[in-house]
Amino acid sequence: MRAMVYRGPYKVRVEEKDIPRIEHPNDAIVRVELAAICGSDLHLYHGMMPDTRVGQTFGHEFIGVVTEVGSSVQRLKPGDRVMVPFNIYCGSCYFCERGLYSNCHNVNPNATAVGAIYGYSHTCGGYDGGQSQYVRVPFADVGPALIPDWMDAEDALMCTDALATGYFGAQLGDITQGDTVVVFGAGPVGLFAAKSAWFMGAGRVVVVDHLDYRLEKARSFAQAETVNFAEIDDIVVHLKRDTDGLGTDVAIDAVGAEADGNFTQHVTSAKLKLQGGSPVALNWAIDSVRKGGTVSVMGAYGPMFSAVKFGDAMNKGLTLRMNQCPVKRQWPRLFEHIRNGYLRPKDVITHRIPLEHIAEGYHMFSAKLDGCIKPVIVPNAA
Amino acid sequence: MPYTSAPHEHQVDTAELRRRIPGWGVDLDPANRPAVPRERMEPGGTGSHWAFPERQPEPSPRERSIEHLELPPVFGTVAPLKGLSGAIRRYAYARYSEGRAAHWLLLILGDRVDAVESHLRSFATLRPDNPVTQTGVLSEFRRHGFSSRFRTRRADRSHQWLDPIIIAGPWVLTGVVVAAAARGVLRRAAGRRT
Ligand SMILES: NC(=O)c1ccc[n+]([C@@H]2O[C@H](COP(=O)([O-])OP(=O)(O)OC[C@H]3O[C@@H](n4cnc5c(N)ncnc54)[C@H](O)[C@@H]3O)[C@@H](O)[C@H]2O)c1
Ligand SMILES: [Zn+2]
Ligand SMILES: [Zn+2]
Repeated sequence: MRAMVYRGPYKVRVEEKDIPRIEHPNDAIVRVELAAICGSDLHLYHGMMPDTRVGQTFGHEFIGVVTEVGSSVQRLKPGDRVMVPFNIYCGSCYFCERGLYSNCHNVNPNATAVGAIYGYSHTCGGYDGGQSQYVRVPFADVGPALIPDWMDAEDALMCTDALATGYFGAQLGDITQGDTVVVFGAGPVGLFAAKSAWFMGAGRVVVVDHLDYRLEKARSFAQAETVNFAEIDDIVVHLKRDTDGLGTDVAIDAVGAEADGNFTQHVTSAKLKLQGGSPVALNWAIDSVRKGGTVSVMGAYGPMFSAVKFGDAMNKGLTLRMNQCPVKRQWPRLFEHIRNGYLRPKDVITHRIPLEHIAEGYHMFSAKLDGCIKPVIVPNAA
Repeated sequence: MPYTSAPHEHQVDTAELRRRIPGWGVDLDPANRPAVPRERMEPGGTGSHWAFPERQPEPSPRERSIEHLELPPVFGTVAPLKGLSGAIRRYAYARYSEGRAAHWLLLILGDRVDAVESHLRSFATLRPDNPVTQTGVLSEFRRHGFSSRFRTRRADRSHQWLDPIIIAGPWVLTGVVVAAAARGVLRRAAGRRT
């Protein structure tokens, strides 16, 4: 089969690989119909995530058709068309039993601090991902779900990570009616978080980024107000002035480890790998939210330390909430929202790329060229 | 205003918001929010039908965090440890917990060594690494690299020039060092002959 393969920082190629086999009785093999590149993949692509091995196939957002199931699989059979959450989880450990699917303890030998994610380094378990023609799906009775008949394939694909994560991020903001919510980052996660903030009754939603084309999407897709931080001197002061000097009630970090806006922070993390991630957006969130407010962190950071302004968070009495998204928990309610027409997830997709051209897809998405917001990979072009 | 106790403007026109924004307020009640409360007991609700999963066979000794009491029953099997990078990674896992910076710094070192080892190994195959196709840099032309960057103000312009240096720098440097060493050896050989 053909599969994307990591060759070292900033380098990927498509290789011939063996079709994955059943390695555990509850495994399934899925033939991938659509996959996507996520902002999280950029942390791997830039070589920031410890223990990212040459030879791994990335991709934790995918949908496809089951081709084979292990002996203990009860709920899926070959031919089923499934959407697969980015979390790999057992469904039975201390954490899974409490709904913390992203924190499963039974799927990742390499680290106890994170659960497992498809195609996301050995620090997240050492599994291959879905940017390929076939993928091994562990715990087939737990993670995957049949794609509802009425649901569009690209909408289902967005549910496997970006949409669920944005929705989750808004929930962790504990928004109450009329709250002013600022979202840092107008990538897919930020756009979905901004959109979801309205569902929870926000009074104002402000999206901050430095890419005008993405801010335009934040206005059209998420009906948000926008600020381009590259055009103003100090984003924290700007947001304070805009909220009567108080600060926003809620701030959501939908940026993570590559955050721009501070040369030293960015270069020490993204280029020199001396920090777990560049906490520029996180620090802006901490500083621009009001005292007693809530910061929800969806942006992903590496497991090493980062220069976070913890003192401000403490002095301001903030609530900091964060996690990898337990995706499947969000689905039933999200499906209702999609069905009711409150949002069309695939509206954030800008590019559809054949697997063979994935190296250029990575470069375009990483360098933010050509108005790229969400690139979708088509591994089995007809 | 933060300086008085005057109510913060939370008096929003909900009718207007409902009209303007599809789905406004549908999840206003926390009971409708699937992530609330954070921990929600649901034994048997996940689809699992085991108290503890069956164990996947362990083909070769699988490295694991020393914070794990035992090898978890299911794990990824791609790219097993090999070469010098494998030795570095194995040591990082065997010696240091996730709480230690040394653990992560060694793993990052292992990643850099892995990349070099893999590039060198690729030269002995029918498909050596190709920096042009693998970096996707040709998309700069097809995907409007110049106008994407310079039509509007962007914060990442301040550091994007570093990328080519980070990618090509080590190779150029190695080339220079190898060339200088070769020149030295040749000169010394030539000197001995005369
Ligand atoms: N918690 C989870 O479960 C989860 C799931 C998916 C993604 N993520 C993380 O969410 C983040 C966003 O993902 P994405 O797919 O939207 O990525 P993306 O790269 O498309 O978007 C990130 C955006 O942030 C902008 N940005 C950079 N610096 C900024 C700053 N200082 N302030 C405001 N905006 C800034 C960038 O211009 C870009 O538009 C990533 O860190 C990703 O790893 C987390
Ligand atoms: Zn992701
Ligand atoms: Zn579990």
